[in-house]
Amino acid sequence: MHTAENSKYAKTHEWAYMDNGVVTVGISEYAQQEIGDIVFVDLPKIGTAVTAGQNCCVIESVKSASEIYAPVSGEIVEVNEAVNADPALVNRAAHGDGWLFKIKAAKPEEYDVLLDLKTYKETLDK
Amino acid sequence: MNPENTENLKKTPLCAACLEAGGKMVDFHGWFLPVQFDSILAEHKAVREAAGMFDVSHMGQIWVEGKDTWKFLQYVNTNIIKRTQFKGTYSHIVDEKGHIIDDAISFALSPEKYLVVVNAACIDKDVAWFHKNAAGFSVKITNDSDNWGMIALQGPKAIEYAAALIPGVQDMARFTIKKIELFGAEGYVTRTGYTGEDGVEVMLPPRAIVHLWDELKAAGVKPCGLGARDVLRLEAGYLLNGVDATGTQSPYEANCGWVVKLDKDYFIGQDALSAQKVKGYRQRLTGFVLTAPGVPREGCKIFKDGKEVGRVTSGTFSPLFKGIAMGYADTDLPEDATVEIEIHGRLIPAKKVKTPFYQNRV
Repeated sequence: MHTAENSKYAKTHEWAYMDNGVVTVGISEYAQQEIGDIVFVDLPKIGTAVTAGQNCCVIESVKSASEIYAPVSGEIVEVNEAVNADPALVNRAAHGDGWLFKIKAAKPEEYDVLLDLKTYKETLDK
Repeated sequence: MNPENTENLKKTPLCAACLEAGGKMVDFHGWFLPVQFDSILAEHKAVREAAGMFDVSHMGQIWVEGKDTWKFLQYVNTNIIKRTQFKGTYSHIVDEKGHIIDDAISFALSPEKYLVVVNAACIDKDVAWFHKNAAGFSVKITNDSDNWGMIALQGPKAIEYAAALIPGVQDMARFTIKKIELFGAEGYVTRTGYTGEDGVEVMLPPRAIVHLWDELKAAGVKPCGLGARDVLRLEAGYLLNGVDATGTQSPYEANCGWVVKLDKDYFIGQDALSAQKVKGYRQRLTGFVLTAPGVPREGCKIFKDGKEVGRVTSGTFSPLFKGIAMGYADTDLPEDATVEIEIHGRLIPAKKVKTPFYQNRV
């Protein structure tokens, strides 16, 4: 199961956790705090092909819309329907049940170059 | 927000108190103000169900004094300014073309002394406009904005909290003003607000306003930020000048025709507004509710049968009504018309509705 510690990070505040070639994606605890009350998540469609760095999901809070970028290339194979019914789940459990979507990685090496938690946290202090 | 970028921002007397209460600060028209404290949704709920308070010290206070005060205010306002002592009048200030410069409330303290409370972003513009048009009137115009702190205390329990500190507030009628003495200072309280709830707005000198904030906070009133304020005012259908009126629309187009009294004595913009009333106009500020999930925002296009019929000026997620928006849309769009609002490249169905979205008894 993904946790803050065993996940990798994009500088754009997504976390990624790879298991059997499938990468689960969510937003970091830092990101959910910055975004505030999440009221709607526009999830990608299953079957969509995405490339690393591509905007593929929108998170709406009361005050703003935030674009979520695919941390790796591949195909969207699953989305978290639970956040459709309860978008605030992303606020409450950003690293757990509030995950967003899963990508079947086309280039697993893209996962390897993502940041570890320590390095990601260092980018926040800058 | 980065502290090194805040040096040039104006701070209110309540800045330190807002930071201490955990305010997330932003640059709001050059002011360093809290957009939220813990949660916009929680703050919204507090105001709709109990009470919340906002630092609105950035708002402007302009004194108009002298024997022609009322005549002058009639001349620069579209509405009939009430003469009854302590009554306030909401009105628009428009230019010769009938375009909105600002919306403001003028309070009658005496026949020769009115307090005009204006939007923060318009203070300098309003003062200059008043001076420019004061020729021939025996009036003195004073911008007193820097000397006042201001708290908006809003919600169904606001009057109860206010009355515990300011005796007599509970007996004030809506849209009236009262002179007060509090914490050793003189100030004013008005029974007004920008949330669609009952409540008061209190003006006091800097030290006393901090004292009031502390007392209200200790009593259990929730500090609220600009984020909640925007949701509340939009639900209540209130115009945000600078966003819903950008200097090129008349009160009619802004769906505030009720503040235009064409048959009163001559006022600036009267000719243009009379002509517009006869001739009509293409678009009017119109309310929309999304009928599918999504959050409309400023700039979103509105379509009817594939044709663009308007643009959103204010949109948000309302905990009460979900996705809501106001925007300028063609006046021939029928009531209850089904439209589509383009959000992030997708067309989301919506319905034209009458504003306010939310109506309390106030």
